[in-house]
Amino acid sequence: MTTQTVTSANSPTASSGGIANWLNVSVRGWQLASLVVALVALAPIAVVALAWLTPTADVWQHLGTTVLPDLLRNTGVLLVGVGLGVMIIGVGLGWLVATCDFPGRRFFDWALMLPLAVPAYVLAFALIGIFDYSSPFQNQLRVWFGPGFALPPIRSTGGVILAMVLAFYPYVYMLARTAFLSQGQSMLETGRVYGLTAWQSFWRVALPMARPAIAAGVALALMETLADFGAVSVFNYDTFTTAIYKAWFGMFNLAAAAQLASLLLLFVVVGLVAEQRLRGRAQYHLTPKSTRSHRYRLHGGRSLAAASACALVFILAFALPVGELLVWAVRSALQDFDVRYLRFVANTLVLGGTAAAVTTFFALLLAYTWRLKPDRMIRGAVRVATLGYALPGSVLAVGIMVSFIWLDRQWLTPAFESLGFGAGPWLAGSMLALLLAYGVRFLAVAYGPVDSSFERIKPSLWQAARSLGASNREILWRVSIPLLRGGLFSAGLLVFVEVMKEMPATLLLRPFGWDTLATRIFEMTSEGEWERAALPAVTLVLVGLIPVILLVRRTANPR
Amino acid sequence: MKIWAIVQFAGMGLLTFSVPASAADEVVVYSARNEQLIRPLFEAYTRETGVKIRFITDKEGPLLVRLKAEGSSTPADMFITVDAGNLWLAAKEGVLAKVDSPVLMQNIPAHLRDPGQQWFGLSVRARTIVYHTGRVKPAELSTYEALGDPKWKGRLCLRTSKKVYNQSLVAMMIARQGETRTEEVVRRWVANLATDVFSSDDQVMEAILAGQCDAGIVNTYYYGRLVKKQPRAAIALFWPNQKTGGVHVNVSGAGITMHAKHKVAAQKLLEWLSSPSAQNLFADGNLEFPVNPTVAPAASVAAWGKFRQDQTNLAEAGRRQVQAVKLMDRAGYR
Repeated sequence: MTTQTVTSANSPTASSGGIANWLNVSVRGWQLASLVVALVALAPIAVVALAWLTPTADVWQHLGTTVLPDLLRNTGVLLVGVGLGVMIIGVGLGWLVATCDFPGRRFFDWALMLPLAVPAYVLAFALIGIFDYSSPFQNQLRVWFGPGFALPPIRSTGGVILAMVLAFYPYVYMLARTAFLSQGQSMLETGRVYGLTAWQSFWRVALPMARPAIAAGVALALMETLADFGAVSVFNYDTFTTAIYKAWFGMFNLAAAAQLASLLLLFVVVGLVAEQRLRGRAQYHLTPKSTRSHRYRLHGGRSLAAASACALVFILAFALPVGELLVWAVRSALQDFDVRYLRFVANTLVLGGTAAAVTTFFALLLAYTWRLKPDRMIRGAVRVATLGYALPGSVLAVGIMVSFIWLDRQWLTPAFESLGFGAGPWLAGSMLALLLAYGVRFLAVAYGPVDSSFERIKPSLWQAARSLGASNREILWRVSIPLLRGGLFSAGLLVFVEVMKEMPATLLLRPFGWDTLATRIFEMTSEGEWERAALPAVTLVLVGLIPVILLVRRTANPR
Repeated sequence: MKIWAIVQFAGMGLLTFSVPASAADEVVVYSARNEQLIRPLFEAYTRETGVKIRFITDKEGPLLVRLKAEGSSTPADMFITVDAGNLWLAAKEGVLAKVDSPVLMQNIPAHLRDPGQQWFGLSVRARTIVYHTGRVKPAELSTYEALGDPKWKGRLCLRTSKKVYNQSLVAMMIARQGETRTEEVVRRWVANLATDVFSSDDQVMEAILAGQCDAGIVNTYYYGRLVKKQPRAAIALFWPNQKTGGVHVNVSGAGITMHAKHKVAAQKLLEWLSSPSAQNLFADGNLEFPVNPTVAPAASVAAWGKFRQDQTNLAEAGRRQVQAVKLMDRAGYR
């Protein structure tokens, strides 16, 4: 049996002014806590925006007359390419594994999520190592087909788009797949009753209903693309972040770099607001049912095509690059392997796990406050708190560090000294600083799953609980949290994976001795020893599989 | 709830990790030279003297911002980085202190340290020409500038201009021959490129070996690593500009921070790093040349032959970096 209800148009929560209106919950504390979180997230962004006080006309004039037009065009091309790519691959594969049946479906169902564990910059250098003109593969091709033979160049616009699509499609795949699964059977059966074919019900029923999830996934992928510096510099593809780093490292002008970065943010805000306007106010409340007894059984050419599409993506995004890393690691880096790797793995796991808990908690706080009282203030707080994801990592890290050092010098050190403790720094260089940094950076990642799991709770459930005499606390802990558990868990695991892969903030803010697998990759690549970097990279991928596999098991039963 | 337990754990972590321990016998280092190159040195120093060294590694840009933002409360005593441009910038930003040390003045040649005595080169790398031994005769090569000659059309490979090594190379060319002449040379290089610029020196050499091009410009230690792995590779170093300015060299180096808490200990460490007992350990791990002229390079490095270095003070690389970056942008060198 399946039980679904769809209420489109104005959602009850929004139209009635939030749970607080009829639940008699005190909102003040929640609002205050949400504002504090937003403020912490805003601090580094404010530091970045303050750079506009510094005049940098010469840098702008130079960039504007030389490289900037090309960079803007490149960035546009990259966004369109990656956006379309992740949408087609993510939604297409998500649909196939969620609603169809073909050989290998059970394997691909979870295997297609594994590329989430591979950092984009690692995938980039592995792909170049495999496919560039001087790679063993192409050398062999020239032996077979003559010296004039060459594949289309991997170091090209198409190549960088390919790499980023392969790195970022899992966000869309994961969210779309869960959305399709939770739509369940009856929705599509209803469509069939009305005479829709499988394709028609995909386009006219399943896709529109999955749209919020797909949009959230694509937004994450595009923000990653905008903020990325690692993968594009491996490909030497110049984007807007290139201008930021050129201003900072090449022209020694951090202020101009920060100004460019704040423009990037503005761009993101405009994009996010536009998407939300376009989506309108439609909301869907579903009671998820994952029982999908009747899949579309694919036959012959179609089932072969489905299986090959899945296999191709899996091989390119995971099997080949990880295989290449293993070969490199065994060939050039085994001498680097020692007991310290246990420490690196432990540090990576501890940081990832703690940051996941902290960040998910922040996301829960914001999402619940929004449900309590959806007003402009909280909407603004959510917006601000989830922006950090679109800033290039180093810029955000510097913003966080500068604001923490300011806090230290202005407030904490005087306060602690008056209490008789020694001089600081108390915050900068501490574990708390690093965790807050992760929180600011990855709140956007955690907010999506938490928010969408709130979306699935029917407001009538809260009303029923209240009418049965449940207290406010019970409504949160005993009614809401159990229903949100899946979303919280997914959010935490996603942050976990992201933190493990994160490099710039970890490098700048880690306490002494807290080296992780990602910082090991940096040590090797800073002087171009890509093959030696394969050892920490492959270890990172393998360790990263732990949260990814947990995530897969979680979302296989999205309740 | 579990989440609360974790939050509490994190809170305790804050207290444990933030308390700054400041022992007397210790030096705190911020380093942009990577961990596997500096750790052996620091371990040797601790064995020899008992002085403990705590260090953190990162890219030079963020580290420098951190030093500046921390100001007088910085825990760092020493800043280590690669490339003279970065050292010059650190001095200009006011985070490095002037060091009066006859030992350093004697151990380090004048053009490889700051005239204002705020930073000191500790190892030397040359940025020089590599060529395919099958397709190029050494006699065809002469200077960096000559790689702009039309006979190299479609035969040249270069790394991206975004790498500071190329920015320093061009900055030093500007210092020697002026902006107009240098821009002309860079334009000619770009016109001769066989393929889009690469993101690493290794890729430049791989492309030469694979037949995509015949010559390129790389740092010596990348070449050293390549021939260590493939001793029979058909690629060789060439020392250009021997009759004119000399080969462009650069350094990795260090300075003592303005607000160092262990200034004396840091200066002792810096002097030790320039001394014969540390120089081979510092340079050989990365196949670089010792900065101290009394110390012989590793055998595999010495095998590349002697050459004349550009004697222009490396502070020029920093002073003219912005000019160089702009020039390369104008010339279309990505």
